[in-house]
Amino acid sequence: MERDDLIVNDSYSLNAHHSEEEGVKIRKKILFVTVLLTAITAVEVAMGIIFKRAETFSWEVIKWTFVALTLVKAGYIVLSFMHLGEERSNLKKTILTPYLLFIVYLVYVVVTEGFGHLFNHNNFH
Amino acid sequence: MSGHSNDNVSSEELWGGGQSPYGISYGKMYMWFFLVSDALTFGGLLTAYGFSRAASEDPWPIGEQVFRALPGLEGHYPLIYVALMTFILIVSSVTMVLAVEAGHRNDKRSVVRWMAATIIGGLFFLGSQAWEWSHFIHGGGGSFLLAKEVTITADNGSEYTLPVGEAIYMDHHFGELAEGYSNGDESVELHSDHGHVKLIQYGEHTHEAELHSLTIHKYITDEQEVSGEFAHKLWDARSTSFTFGANMHENEYALQQSYANFFFFITGFHGFHVFSGVVINIIIFIMAYRGVFEKRKHYEMVEKVGLYWHFIDLVWVFVFTFFYLI
Repeated sequence: MERDDLIVNDSYSLNAHHSEEEGVKIRKKILFVTVLLTAITAVEVAMGIIFKRAETFSWEVIKWTFVALTLVKAGYIVLSFMHLGEERSNLKKTILTPYLLFIVYLVYVVVTEGFGHLFNHNNFH
Repeated sequence: MSGHSNDNVSSEELWGGGQSPYGISYGKMYMWFFLVSDALTFGGLLTAYGFSRAASEDPWPIGEQVFRALPGLEGHYPLIYVALMTFILIVSSVTMVLAVEAGHRNDKRSVVRWMAATIIGGLFFLGSQAWEWSHFIHGGGGSFLLAKEVTITADNGSEYTLPVGEAIYMDHHFGELAEGYSNGDESVELHSDHGHVKLIQYGEHTHEAELHSLTIHKYITDEQEVSGEFAHKLWDARSTSFTFGANMHENEYALQQSYANFFFFITGFHGFHVFSGVVINIIIFIMAYRGVFEKRKHYEMVEKVGLYWHFIDLVWVFVFTFFYLI
């Protein structure tokens, strides 16, 4: 099928081909990421089962460990599986910057404004 | 992977036309932008979940106490089933990335094979989710609320004064009959005398369940079993309302409904993404099988659906942490 909306030059991802040898290397990396993601999930589940919530002194630490491990997993999925790590840096910034800006702002607004209402509610009743 | 040869061109040349400044085709670019907006939707849902949870005055259930069943097995296996679902999704993400890799080598046979594996993984995940929903909706033994204040001693010796409205959980078989009893099923009778509470269902097969143990504080901070005379005290203080499993109005897992509503909405919305992902994967699988991409001399469509499929995995990683673990 001929596509007339594309200009044929090597800058397109359509032409992202690689050889057998490169394929072996890429598959090795995929295997590494697979093992890593599975291991992190196993660690998370083990932590969830072992640590009881009643021990509040360590729960905060465990909670933030969960968040950190999740961000590591997310990083590997986006950068490796979705190939964002191998795209041009202007594309990376175009994708990541708006998302991070909006989501950080959303969390900030919900936490501050949302609980501001609760605090007022408690103060005036 | 793409366009490395153009990394060092000046910006006038890069944006001057005649080439893709980002080094990717418009199709992949639009998939990325769609995913950014979709990720904001899920981010908004999870943020709302966190807010509702932090603002809730009633206790919030704990993941490893609610999700601890495995199909066909008795006993408690906290989080194992959800971990299995996560593993299934990670593996199907891996088979997808292998399909993309095979596409870069124009290896049609491998693309078709790995796409098929990805579809099977997606179907497995959908099936797991169906079971989990069914289990969540049907619940365990069910619960009832206290109509008056009761002071009891738990099996471990600690004493509790339970307020009006405290939820008490029944064991499974007793709960099954109690549900029929509370629904006005005339074939279920209540026998209560001298510390014996029995429910008997007459019919083709007579079922009988005696009240052995009730659980207080389930799904909250600590779980305590109560049996013997104190269990009867709790049973006698019951209000008329029973809750079994979860629906859109009430649930046995928490006093407030937000918990069940967020469960249905977040996992349901994610499950719908998985469903559409499987449908799109099947379409691309058929196209690959019929040699459409072979004629095009590139497998970029596989890459595009691959992005969507990895995104589903990405969202699940966050749902898993914020809904089940924390």
